This record gives sequence, structure tokens and C-alpha cells, in this order.
Amino acid sequence: MMQLAVRDQPLLNVDNLVVEYGLGNKIVHAVSGVSLHVARGETLGLVGESGCGKSTLGRAVLQLRRAKSGRVLFDGEDLTAMEGEALRKMRRRVQLIFQDPIASLNPRRRIGDIVAEPLIIAGVKDAAERKRRVQEVLSAVGLDPDLVTNRLPHEFSGGQCQRICIARALVLNPEFVVCDEPVSALDVSIRAQILNLLEEMKARFGLTLLFIAHDLAVVKAVSDRVAVMYLGRLCEVAPSEQLFARPVHPYTALLLQAIPVPDPDVRPAESVATGEPPSPIAPPSGCRFRTRCPRADLRCSAEIPELREVASGQFAACHHPLA
Amino acid sequence: MPLLTIEDVAVELPTPRGNLRAVDRVDLSLEAGRTLGIVGESGCGKTMLSRAVLQLLPNKAKLSGRVMFDGQDLVRLVPESLRRLRARELAVVFQDPMTSLNPVLTIGTQLMETIQEHLELDAPAARKRSIELLAAVGIPAPEQRLAQYPHQCSGGMRQRIAIAIALSCEPKLLIADEPTTALDVTIQAQILDLLAREQRRRHMAMIIITHDLGVVAGRADEVAVMYAGRVVERAPTLALFKRMHMPYTEALLAAIPKLETAPHTPLPAISGRPPDPTRPLKGCSFAPRCPYATGRCREAKPELKSAEISEHLYACFHPIQMTEGVGA
Repeated sequence: MMQLAVRDQPLLNVDNLVVEYGLGNKIVHAVSGVSLHVARGETLGLVGESGCGKSTLGRAVLQLRRAKSGRVLFDGEDLTAMEGEALRKMRRRVQLIFQDPIASLNPRRRIGDIVAEPLIIAGVKDAAERKRRVQEVLSAVGLDPDLVTNRLPHEFSGGQCQRICIARALVLNPEFVVCDEPVSALDVSIRAQILNLLEEMKARFGLTLLFIAHDLAVVKAVSDRVAVMYLGRLCEVAPSEQLFARPVHPYTALLLQAIPVPDPDVRPAESVATGEPPSPIAPPSGCRFRTRCPRADLRCSAEIPELREVASGQFAACHHPLA
Repeated sequence: MPLLTIEDVAVELPTPRGNLRAVDRVDLSLEAGRTLGIVGESGCGKTMLSRAVLQLLPNKAKLSGRVMFDGQDLVRLVPESLRRLRARELAVVFQDPMTSLNPVLTIGTQLMETIQEHLELDAPAARKRSIELLAAVGIPAPEQRLAQYPHQCSGGMRQRIAIAIALSCEPKLLIADEPTTALDVTIQAQILDLLAREQRRRHMAMIIITHDLGVVAGRADEVAVMYAGRVVERAPTLALFKRMHMPYTEALLAAIPKLETAPHTPLPAISGRPPDPTRPLKGCSFAPRCPYATGRCREAKPELKSAEISEHLYACFHPIQMTEGVGA
């Protein structure tokens, strides 16, 4: 019974997280009170436009950026309260994959050493053991260990570099991986290969993923649930199919309408989107989306909408949700 | 007569590893008032082709073939005539609006400089025209914007300004090289709408260069798909999306994640990657990644030829989705 309860607990629980940056004498409100959870074995997609705080949120979860307030519970333990050795130990269980695969590999180091580095940091002293694990993970991501171990990053294409980054992230057998725009820098034909690889790796290593991207179609392809973020706050969280079939928040609907569809019979809707996101230095009062929202009224500027359940499993933060 | 005709254009760039054939014998044409979409992945030569049209190739590049624009061969034009032609009749919008605008000049200076130089207007008239242009591209409070610097504007605003500068001399042809790749999806839709609206109003020809088939689907009259320096399929947009004959085009479309597909459906990825452009293949450059390839594909290069309708061209020995009795 005890064990069951533990298993039902979400692996990650983010509770009212606030992250702010100083910019001169101003404050950037990057993440303003976000709560979400990711169940064990689940992929949660996190979408939003540039500057909405999605990457900051990803980093704050991993404690690469410390939160001003709020909690990040990983497997029941509060990461925001951890420091030093305890945090380092915990980090073996959580990993990060970045957007730019070439920039995130040290150009002077050989692939074998790059992928072995996390093992060294984790204290795996046996060189033969390290070699075995590096070879294993390189084959898992579809690279031939004999051909790549002694080569340098510049000898590889963007897609292959992302495979190497994935190998490095997985070599410690983590439970949770934050993927921050892992395919945005890749070409269409390579993007599909890497998305398929991530799905494969998730099944093989039993991973739980937080998948951050700005492309809704990419997010849908891999996510069980999707959270939509706008200017530091969550607008809507719902199971993927439900979110795309029946968006409830006007911002989600706007994002969906703006995607160019590769079908000439679908006439692009005359840009529904009005204006641009305001600055996170001085976010609008009340609902942050109200300055671009066709449904906004006085209440939206006076009162911050809370995230509440509007349909089974579907949560939206809006005073005037779409039917 | 088409406004622009590209005939047998090839571009070679010397590299330490040998000559890189960036554009390999491309033929294209574009009528006034029409939009041509050039689609392909990074390194396929789409940007080099547009640079060949603009005569903005790197110094060491070797260009062959003809680029006929409005009755003149741009390849043989003297620099002075080219310079005049470029701003007044041929304009370009680049991918990154941050690097295409001068960071140390105000927006007003950059706009008015172009207008005064090419339209021979005095300063007050140029200023008036700049304000009109900024308003036309959807910039609020255009008068105040004139005094601002590029860094004070968002990416979307900067791209609108770059478009205003490009449109300032009423060009006959606008080349938009990945104009929305650096922008967010909601801003992308606004910029694409703006380009389409201005094009209709001015009866301007436009080339949109993109890696996203979704961008050209609703907005181009004709699409040319490039792979490894060559045009491998070219057709009116509707015909192309209805029936793709080149396996690469089909694979490219299939590899895009679709909103209507259920989560966790494996994507039909294209295996491998494009060939090394410094080591040209004897046969079809897509053959190593193509599920339909045969010995013939590795031995000979398929030429572009017509399908059912004469405007639909493809370069493949084993075209797909052909109606019976036509094709190879």
C-alpha cells in the first residue's frame, strides 16, 4: 500500500514557482507563480513564444537558476532547499538537453571523453566500466562507438551532435530529462530522426520528460500532456489530444491558428494575432494575455485568472474561456 | 515574357576540401506579380541561388549561366548599373532582422537614406514617405519610431522595418530569404500576411525562400524544391501538394510533425543526411536516402522533365503518384 502511494505521486511537482532576474535596476518577471506536475513515465510538453519563461522554468526545475520562491519537489524531496553535495547527488537523476547541439559540446574534446565526463563527476572510478557504459549509450543513440569515440565534435553534423548530447544526458541513467528545444536547430529531415530517437530512449530507459519547444506540432508528437505558457504564467494545461482538439484559452487558440499548414487548400487565416507580447519587465496587470486577447474586458485587467479545471483533466487560467 | 529568368545557373565555391558546387544548373522563371517558393533544407543551395540573382555572391564564388531580369542579363551588368537596379527594382529581406539593420543608425536614417538615394527626393519628402511606409507595414506611432535604433524594437518590428526599407523604392521583385525563421509563430503569421498584402497591392513578384513547406503552401503560386544544389521538383503549388512525384518532396512533407497526428506516433524520418557537396555523386543525389532507388539512380543523374501537366517538373527515374501511361 505504501509503495503504491509513492508510485502514484508525481515524479516532479512544481509548486508556485517564482523566478526573477535583475536587469539594471529593473526586474524581469520570468516565471511568476507556476505550478505543474509530471507523472512518472510521462512527457509533459511546455510551449510558448520566446521570452515567455519556458527555458527559465526548465532551468529552475534543475536548480541551474535558483527560484525566488516556490518549491520544486523531485521524488518527494524539495530541490530548492538542497545545496552542495546533496544537490550534486540529486543531479545525477535529472539531466538537460539543450537547443544548440554543436555549441553544447566542447570543440576540443573527443566524443568518448565528452560522454564519459558525467561518469567521472559521479565518481565512477573504474575506466573499463566507464568505457563500457559510454559504448553502450553511444550504440543506443544510433552511433557506432568504434567510429565516433576518438573524433571531435566538428566532424559531426548537427543531428549527430544532438545524438551525442542525448548520449551524454543518458549515460548516468537519469530518471528525468529536461529537453529544451532539442530539435529547433535541426533540419526537417533530421528533426524527425531525433524526435523518434527521444521516444525510443524514453521507452528504453524509462524516462520522464519535460519537453520544452515553441513548435506546437513538435510538442504534440511527443507529449502526453501539454502546458501552454505566456509571459511567465501558465495559460492552459491539458492532455495533448484534448488541448489541440478543443483549446479553451484564447492564447492556445491563437497559437494553433498561427501555425502554417503544409496544405494549399487550407487558406492561411488573416493574422488573428494582434500585436506582440509585452515586456516581462512590466507585465500587464490581471491576465497577462489581455493586451492581445480579443475577449478581454475590465475584469481581465483587474483580476489575475487562476488555473482551474474547465473540463476533465483540462485546466485554463481565463475569465472568459472558449466554449 | 517572365520578369525573371534563371538559365542554367551554377555556383561553385572554393573550399580547402575542394570545390563546393552550391548551385547545380538551375533553371527557373517568375512572372510579374507572382510568388515563387523555394524550399529546401540547410545547405541545399537555396540561399546561394538567391545571392546569384542579386549578384551578391562571395568574391571567390564562380557563377555561370544567365540571370535575365526585365530584359537585362544581371551577370554581365557593370557594378554601377547593378547597384541602381538592386535597390530600385530588386529588393531583399533577410532572415535575421538584427544583423540586416545597422545598429548604430536610427531607423529614420536607414529608411531615408535609401529613399533619398534612389528616388531623388529631398529630406522632408523622404521623411514623409518613410512615415507612410512604416505605417503601411503596421508599425504603431511611426513618427516616434524614426528616431529610434534597431535595438529598441522587437524582432517582429525589426523585420517590419526591413520590409519597409525593401519596399521603399517600389521594387519589381522582392526576395524574402527565410523572412520569418527567426520569429515566433504568431509574429510569423503577421509578417507573411504583410508580405502577401504588399505584394498584391504593388503587383510585385516575390521569391520566398524557406525550409518550411507550410510557409509556401498557402502563399506561393509555384514551388521549387531544392536538394543538394539542384531543383528536384517544381510545380504550381496546388498541383505539387496534390501529387508529389519526387520521393524527396514526399519524404520532406511526411517528416513534418502534423497537428492532426496522435501523440507518440513515430515520424516517417528520412534516414541518413544530405551528401557532401564537395564530393558530387555520379547519380541522383537523393539516391543514398531514397527508398525507391535502384542501380540506375546511382549511375546516372535524372534530368528535370514534365509530368502530366507541362508545368510540373521532376527529376526522378522512379517518380511516385504517377497516373498510368505517363512518366518513366
